[in-house]
Amino acid sequence: MSATPIQLDAQGRLLHFLTIEGLTHRHLTDILDTAESLRGVAERRVKKLPTLHGKTIVNLFFEASTRTRTTFELAAKRLSADVLNLNIATSSAVKGESLLDTLRNIEAMQCDMFVMRHSQSGAAEFMARHVKPHIAVLNAGDGRHAHPTQAMLDVFTIRRHKPDFPNLRIAIVGDILHSRVARSLIHALSILGAGEIRVIAPRTLLPTRVEDLGVQVFYCLPEGLRDVDVVVMLRLQRERMEGALLPSEQEFFQQYGLTKERLALAKPDAIVMHPGPINRGVEIDSRVADGPHSVILEQVTNGIAVRMAIMSITLGHHAQASGEDA
Amino acid sequence: MRTVIQGGRVIDPAHQIDKVADLYIADGRIASLGEPPASFTLERIIDARDCIVCPGLIDLCARLREPGQEQKATIASETRAAAAGGITTLVCPPDTDPVIDEPAVVEWIRRRAKFAGHARVLAMGALTYRLRGERLAEMAALREASCVGVSDGGRPVANSRVLRRALEYAATFDLTVFLTPLDVELGNGLAHEGPVATRMGLPGIPVAAETGMIARDLELIHDLGVRAHFGRLSSGRSVELIARAQAEGLPVTADVAVHHLHLTEMDLTRFDSRCHVRPPLRGRRDLEALRAGLASGVLTAICSDHQPHEPDAKQAPFGDTEPGISGLDTLLGLSLRLVRDGVLSLPALIERLTWGPARILGLDCGHLGVGALADVCVFDPEIDRTVELDVLHSRGRNTPFLGWELQGRVTHTLLEGCVVYEGGECPTVANQPQ
Repeated sequence: MSATPIQLDAQGRLLHFLTIEGLTHRHLTDILDTAESLRGVAERRVKKLPTLHGKTIVNLFFEASTRTRTTFELAAKRLSADVLNLNIATSSAVKGESLLDTLRNIEAMQCDMFVMRHSQSGAAEFMARHVKPHIAVLNAGDGRHAHPTQAMLDVFTIRRHKPDFPNLRIAIVGDILHSRVARSLIHALSILGAGEIRVIAPRTLLPTRVEDLGVQVFYCLPEGLRDVDVVVMLRLQRERMEGALLPSEQEFFQQYGLTKERLALAKPDAIVMHPGPINRGVEIDSRVADGPHSVILEQVTNGIAVRMAIMSITLGHHAQASGEDA
Repeated sequence: MRTVIQGGRVIDPAHQIDKVADLYIADGRIASLGEPPASFTLERIIDARDCIVCPGLIDLCARLREPGQEQKATIASETRAAAAGGITTLVCPPDTDPVIDEPAVVEWIRRRAKFAGHARVLAMGALTYRLRGERLAEMAALREASCVGVSDGGRPVANSRVLRRALEYAATFDLTVFLTPLDVELGNGLAHEGPVATRMGLPGIPVAAETGMIARDLELIHDLGVRAHFGRLSSGRSVELIARAQAEGLPVTADVAVHHLHLTEMDLTRFDSRCHVRPPLRGRRDLEALRAGLASGVLTAICSDHQPHEPDAKQAPFGDTEPGISGLDTLLGLSLRLVRDGVLSLPALIERLTWGPARILGLDCGHLGVGALADVCVFDPEIDRTVELDVLHSRGRNTPFLGWELQGRVTHTLLEGCVVYEGGECPTVANQPQ
């Protein structure tokens, strides 16, 4: 299975950002390096760059989100773009408008970029196939498939603490089955040459043949945490109890919750990550979430720089393609 | 009308005939093969040199979308596509709207098909009232109204007690029960549960969703000794289960949709909604096992599983699209590809498209014996054509086979002796059979 070629132009440059799968080491490091240079913007007195001045970015969220939508919005604003937020979860889709119609209508408002989240896997790719050529599509999460900007901010955060990927052992813990974050992160870590990627979960929360993605599978948390450098905890949705995937939150926490004691099995300088929002006492103990190993809030901050980088890179390529000054 | 189809290679699997001969047709029936019958005044000659002359194809599962979903297709549009594809008999499953669970619907479909005149449409009755899987449908009345069997219409009966009663009741009236095995709870996904679904984040449909139901159904069939047919198998394990049951002597048959003989889960990697089908496209090994099952005779029919859609139904993210492929246009071409791929011989292939399904239905058609209804397909096997939108006859444009080079071009289709398709034209009502 190769990349979704639709996100790349003939020269292999990013036109859209839909999935990590199939991107090269170069694509990823370009984004990370750009993000690094943009990270300082937030510390300035005037937190703005003129890069996307005059561009219109539409946040198209078919699923509720606070953090991701907000950081996309901030990223766009710090690049001086105009931002429109549409919460479709509560508007036209409910009235029966098809995704294609929504797309055409917003396109008619002359925007330059869609940032989209949708409950169906493949929704972002569908959009990218149907938008006018000057519009860039950024996937802010599609079903269980991909959440590539989250994966980039995760590896960005890891790189700032532990830049030597080939010598890293990373554990991803929890609901892998439903997680687009896990899928994208696994691809990103593989491309960056991470030493060992582990997934830790009960079998009900692991997709079939997950090992084909290049990961080691552990059913036992203490065993899987041994000597890891990075622990990525995933959010557990309450609905999972009803789907007969788990008996109770209590049992899940007892078996797979990250506590101080269990974290002690990891390397002494291990970092703990979580894409948020966290469920205290379900997948992670408060003492860990708020403790010295946690970089969860740093992830949020980094998310803005990483999204700024991806926005400016993709829109820059569109500008080059259409012959404007980037 | 007295017609001779001259000089073609006549393949009639029911009578083990495979020879170059002239086929004589009179009054809508086969008059003779080889020598003209006595006092035969010829009215029409069809030149079939270099062509194959075989019984008209019988498609065990084709949704015509009428009544109820005329925005997708109609009986007229789809029977026309059938004729162009060499198909003379279509079996329409009962999941129309209204459901085929009362004689009036059967009669309505029969009349619409007769009016269109391009192909014979046989109605499959519902096994349960409204296909809800709760109460029995009025099967005796459906049989009298000429239903060729009763079926779950793609909505498997979850309740085993209801299914057992339905099987018994159908057998009372000598009706074959047509089942589409799928455990709806376990099968509540979008793609074959395997590495591709995992990578793409599509909810999986495990093989056990199909085999579990087959196993249950076979146990009921074993206990009751009733006749049943399993439609659209998708996995190698399903073929094994059916083969074992047949070896035990159970009166069960099975078919496969032609797309399951050519596509696998790998075709989903671009979220191509045209490959969204139920049951899902499975792995390479399943495809090979289905092909082997077809060759060995465990599977005795290939069907199109025709499901035409309006463009909107497929224009959405994968999981929001409707499943199904528009298959009438490509049934013959994709089937002939199996001969080229060495899966089975041309006569055996034609058997799976004609006499095989006829036997499943228990009907006297699908063969060219003297006195049989003159449903004939004439095609040139040497002409390759590329599947393109503007050559499709079905109103459903939803096919993943666009751009495929397919072998074989139908030159003539005859329904009860009347030419219903010729070269590229469908003669209309004037030519309809009596």
